[in-house]
Amino acid sequence: MLEIKHLTKIYDNTVLALDDVSFTVPQGQFLAVVGLSGSGKSTLLRCINRLIEPTSGQVILDGVDVTAAQPDELRRIRRRIGMIFQHFNLVLRSPVITNVLAGRLGYTNPMWSLINRFSKNDIEMALKQLERVGIKDKAYVRADELSGGQQQRVGIARALMQEPSIMLADEPVASLDPVLAHSIMQYLEQLRDEGITVICSLHFLDLVQRYADRVVALKGGELVFDGSPQEIDDARFKEIYGEEAQRIG
Amino acid sequence: MKKSSPSIIRTLGKIALIIAIIIVYAFGLQVTKVDLEKPQEAKRQEQLTNILRGLAHPDLISYEIDRLTVDTPIIVPCTGTPPPVPAPEPGQPAISLSSNCAQPGEKITVTGTGFEPGEDVFIFFVPFAPTVKDEVELKLASHAVTTDVDGNFTEEVTLKSDRVSENVQTVRAVVNRRVGGPKPSTALKETWEKIIETVFLAFIATTFGVLLAVPLSFLAARNLMLQVTSNIIKFMASMIIMPIGAYLGYLVFVKLSAIGAQLVGAGGAPPKEAVLWTVLPLVGLAVAQSAGNRTFFKTVQRWLIAVIVAVVAVILLSAAGQLGRQAGLTLKQSLGGWSFFGNFLLIFSDAIVLGLPAFGGLIGLFSLNPLSNRLLEPALPKLSPFVKRIIAVVLGIFAGAILFGIITATLNWFYEFGDLSQVVIVPSLIGAVLFAALAVFSDPDREIPTGMFVYYTLRTIMNTFRSIEPLVMVVAFAVWVGIGPFAGVMALGLHTIVALGKLYSEQVENISTGPIEAITATGANRLQTIIYAVIPQIVPPYIAFTLYRWDINVRMSTIIGFGGGGGIGFLLSQNINLLKYRQASVNMIAIAVVVASLDYLSAKVREKIT
Repeated sequence: MLEIKHLTKIYDNTVLALDDVSFTVPQGQFLAVVGLSGSGKSTLLRCINRLIEPTSGQVILDGVDVTAAQPDELRRIRRRIGMIFQHFNLVLRSPVITNVLAGRLGYTNPMWSLINRFSKNDIEMALKQLERVGIKDKAYVRADELSGGQQQRVGIARALMQEPSIMLADEPVASLDPVLAHSIMQYLEQLRDEGITVICSLHFLDLVQRYADRVVALKGGELVFDGSPQEIDDARFKEIYGEEAQRIG
Repeated sequence: MKKSSPSIIRTLGKIALIIAIIIVYAFGLQVTKVDLEKPQEAKRQEQLTNILRGLAHPDLISYEIDRLTVDTPIIVPCTGTPPPVPAPEPGQPAISLSSNCAQPGEKITVTGTGFEPGEDVFIFFVPFAPTVKDEVELKLASHAVTTDVDGNFTEEVTLKSDRVSENVQTVRAVVNRRVGGPKPSTALKETWEKIIETVFLAFIATTFGVLLAVPLSFLAARNLMLQVTSNIIKFMASMIIMPIGAYLGYLVFVKLSAIGAQLVGAGGAPPKEAVLWTVLPLVGLAVAQSAGNRTFFKTVQRWLIAVIVAVVAVILLSAAGQLGRQAGLTLKQSLGGWSFFGNFLLIFSDAIVLGLPAFGGLIGLFSLNPLSNRLLEPALPKLSPFVKRIIAVVLGIFAGAILFGIITATLNWFYEFGDLSQVVIVPSLIGAVLFAALAVFSDPDREIPTGMFVYYTLRTIMNTFRSIEPLVMVVAFAVWVGIGPFAGVMALGLHTIVALGKLYSEQVENISTGPIEAITATGANRLQTIIYAVIPQIVPPYIAFTLYRWDINVRMSTIIGFGGGGGIGFLLSQNINLLKYRQASVNMIAIAVVVASLDYLSAKVREKIT
């Protein structure tokens, strides 16, 4: 279970990115985070695994206070949180298998990983994850030779190597065409079915309504909506996105 | 009409611009003293011709010369009886004179037979000399005489008017004959040796430069250094502990090295100390182990084990270094042509022996810090800001004093301001006050941007050295390590470090942060993040820059000899100064060949890699 308590983030003493955001996510829920660009979605996600340090507030994952953790403890917590990104964030010059194995770094002995030596189990696991997302044949190809959809699947395989209990997805399909977008969202749905909590920031409401169990909406850093996707009617939509917004699809 | 005024102004503007350009170039040509009149003078044309012809005839091959002399007697002045002329041996070259008895200044004809066709023969007059050693040869013919197709020649010569003697004198014909096949000339052999020296000069300098530039490039990368901050109290504590640690580390390593040297009989520490150093930690380990299982003792145990391992390692390394030196010295003498292996071992072992105490200082510099941090970290959050400020001030006083004291002591060593106590005490007090003020006025919880401090210092130093050409640096190094290729290696190496450091660090600053974010999010530690997210992004540009610098260093190494840096530049500058243009030509050809072929090779390598 993930508890967000009064999370606030102020950049450079001036920009209020998150304003006293609080909500709780039960294990195994597919939570969508929506809002305008710049409303704080990415900041919220990154505060959960402390890629960005919150100014105040708490993040508690399964009873462990993430915000107060010391560096060693934080690394152990991060192992359990998988993350995929809008721009995939692969190491383009490395082969796909190395990218996937990097997901295991939180568990491997630092010395061995320094010389790129992973255990046989890890390598088998990496190949299994690649098979699961359907690109096992590309295992030894350089990452920049893959298409966008394939790269995002490598990102998912990398996150799965962590055997996470919670998966963060920062606009994972914003750079993909509608067909690819649905296939990636279906992978995330599968993860939810296996009991992994999925927190996914999305732009398109049709994806939200198709895949999410619950939606939180941010506007100007504030939580303005917390409920089921079906509850977002036109009035609610304009509340979240502003008066000029129109629905797409 | 609206359109004509702007276009008139524009035309006037263009004319003004053209006039300004002409003025600038006219002034420039005058300042640079470009002169097309002087080179047309006859004398200068002649010099140019000589030089160009010399360059066009490189001195590449030489032959062994056999100097054949053919003598015939003559009496000058003629007193009556001509001297006996020996009968010519069949098949041998011989000369005869129109008259073997003549007056000074008289014209006689010299006839030569039995020579090779088309040979150049020099005709000399050899005055009477008591011994062969005192003989001199005086030219009778200003140019060589060429024999005809039958191997004969005739030439009219005028006898010297001042060489008279009652004794028999000699007319001599000299031919220089080539013996054997063409051999490499001296110039070619010297050039070959120097070219080898040059190529390796560039190679060692580049390697040395790359090895040091890589770690420096991370310290000079703004995006990495921005994140390196330290809490003010920990910072002050570090400033005190680091010099102390460095000094202790240095002392400890000196002691351990002495023990190691003692082990192999190279002198050093008395046996009692050796025992002390190895037994004490073991005793401590035994005590810690018996004290039970609590985490604190476990940590102490691990620490003691590390200490023991380190102590043994240093002792063994020092011993190995001493042994290596001795072995290297012996091998150097006994292996003959392969003595450079012995030399390599000697240099390597020397580096170890010299480097161990310095390395100890370095370890001491960084190792006590984590210890103090571990003590401070749990304690600090429990204290009130006021108490923390007081602690910071107290630490600041000591830290400032130590830091400023060390800096001024070092400066004093360079500049010798005066009495050490005076020069050091006043700045130390200033430092103490400054740091105390810093502690008083800053929030004890705030982080000091130590990383940026390192970044700015390093960048300034690097930019300064980058602007000094290696050719200038080499002069300073030549004074320190002696004229020769080692000075060249040092100068090129230093310039390579700062130039590559800048290029590399710019690459580090240009990396995309996405992969770093992703790898950090998996729970990787700092080092793992660097190896999996940063390194793969920077390796190809690093390699490209290294090859680029290698090309530059090869070119530089060919001329660094002009400043005393050894290599072929030294030979070339000598030949030019001695006006030996044919030999200079050989040097220049060698330089062109080496640079062109290494350029080509590195282009091929670059293709393969990228």
